[in-house]
Amino acid sequence: MAFFEVSNITKSFDKTEVLKGIDFTLEKGSVLSIIGSSGSGKTTLLRCLNFLETPNTGTIKINGEVIFDAASLKSYSENDLRNCKLHFGLVFQSFNLFPQYTALENITLAPLMRLKAEKLSKEEKKQKKEEIQKKALELLDKVGLTEKADFYPCTLSGGQQQRVAIARALALSPDILCFDEPTSALDPELTGEVLKVIKDLKNTDCTMIVVTHEMEFAKNVSDKVIFMANGIIEECGTPEDVFDNPKSSITKAFLRKSEELF
Amino acid sequence: MSFLEISLKLSEGFLYTLLIFGVTLICALPLGLLICFGSRSRIKIVSMITRAFVWVIRGTPLMLQIIFFDLGPGLVSKSLGIDFAIRSEWQHLTMVCVAFTINYACYFSEIYRGGIQSVPAGQYEAASVLGLTKSQTFFKVVFLQVVKRIIAPMSNEIITLVKDTALASVVIRLDLFTVAQNIVNKEVILWPIFYAGVFYLLFNGLLTILLGKLEKKLDYFKV
Ligand SMILES: Nc1ncnc2c1ncn2[C@@H]1O[C@H](COP(=O)(O)OP(=O)(O)OP(=O)(O)O)[C@@H](O)[C@H]1O
Ligand SMILES: [Mg+2]
Repeated sequence: MAFFEVSNITKSFDKTEVLKGIDFTLEKGSVLSIIGSSGSGKTTLLRCLNFLETPNTGTIKINGEVIFDAASLKSYSENDLRNCKLHFGLVFQSFNLFPQYTALENITLAPLMRLKAEKLSKEEKKQKKEEIQKKALELLDKVGLTEKADFYPCTLSGGQQQRVAIARALALSPDILCFDEPTSALDPELTGEVLKVIKDLKNTDCTMIVVTHEMEFAKNVSDKVIFMANGIIEECGTPEDVFDNPKSSITKAFLRKSEELF
Repeated sequence: MSFLEISLKLSEGFLYTLLIFGVTLICALPLGLLICFGSRSRIKIVSMITRAFVWVIRGTPLMLQIIFFDLGPGLVSKSLGIDFAIRSEWQHLTMVCVAFTINYACYFSEIYRGGIQSVPAGQYEAASVLGLTKSQTFFKVVFLQVVKRIIAPMSNEIITLVKDTALASVVIRLDLFTVAQNIVNKEVILWPIFYAGVFYLLFNGLLTILLGKLEKKLDYFKV
């Protein structure tokens, strides 16, 4: 049984069917890269996994347990959906840090808000608060930004902002961390530092899904690659399978085109 | 009347002007937010009624609204066979504050609405992905960004409010502008009205400085 299992996810906007039945599985601690041309539905898939869009059909299982089933959507309360979300983290193309908070505060905000909702004694809360601070500092260290803890987003470079965003997503210890083209809003010289952080995360047993146009990254870092076209998974396999021995002609054409570009 | 006497009289009037200004500001700021939520409500009937209300208030003269709130209770209660007419100066003052509050709350609500709409969708999405509730998202993520965005248009409205208090003279005789007018009429001299202008000008100068300070305070981040 796979750690993470997605079956038959579909999503339409009005009459356009954007996702036409997505199925895949992912092992714990592995990295999945999703590639595909513009408009193929990669972002929509990640947004469905993070419940920014609600899938029309489909189920999502983690550790064999169904955490979301579109068929019983009506029975989910807002709180249930929020709990579903906590299985996932999402790093956006445009960072979306909260501008009025420092790097550290961006990371601690969500855990502190969750702590507020818990029924604990004052003592326990104080202790948990300290743990949250400590963990946030560790995360900042992990992304190499210890000395930027008290900096506001507007004073950080794009690459630094994105690394803070990664730390922020990790603060809630999601089961699966998703990235939507994490480097495509960055200057070429800054993409390396962000990709390195993602590579390092792989060594810490973090399960990740990365939508990317960085073919080298997909080839070298991922355990599994999915090529999407027109709302379906056109090709799926190890990086060798997909990059060196693609079966589908659409995949072949896409890879040829992206090679010409880079 | 000597210069000193006129100064004292105007100062007293200024206190009432300040009262109208203060009460209106303190009540209209939160009421405006409430109206803004109403106009953004997903319940169609609520948003429609709120928007219609805002449209009426913004589309009619403030002076008319002051008269409406001042004479309304008397007229309505009379037709019901009871007597609720506004008589004492304090009652008039209260109704003036009600009219100002409602009028300004509607203007503020539109400013809030613009401010809230200008917060990028990505901020809401980031908050949602992090599992924040709707109210946490509003108060912890959106609110300060909105404050920063609306501070300039808000400052304009607040300064206009100071000057608009002169409209209260249609129903009360206590505020700075009315006091000055009365002196002009009684003493047959013109300058007290310009002297009153100096009061408005200085107070607005002070407000400009204070609001500028607030704006500066929020300079530490960019939206
Ligand atoms: N909210 C929406 N309403 C209507 N159509 C949408 C919406 N979001 C996405 N789409 C459509 O869904 C299709 C897939 O979009 P999506 O953003 O998932 O593509 P993508 O693979 O991420 O592309 P890119 O590589 O350019 O980011 C597009 O044709 C887009 O127009
Ligand atoms: Mg996309």
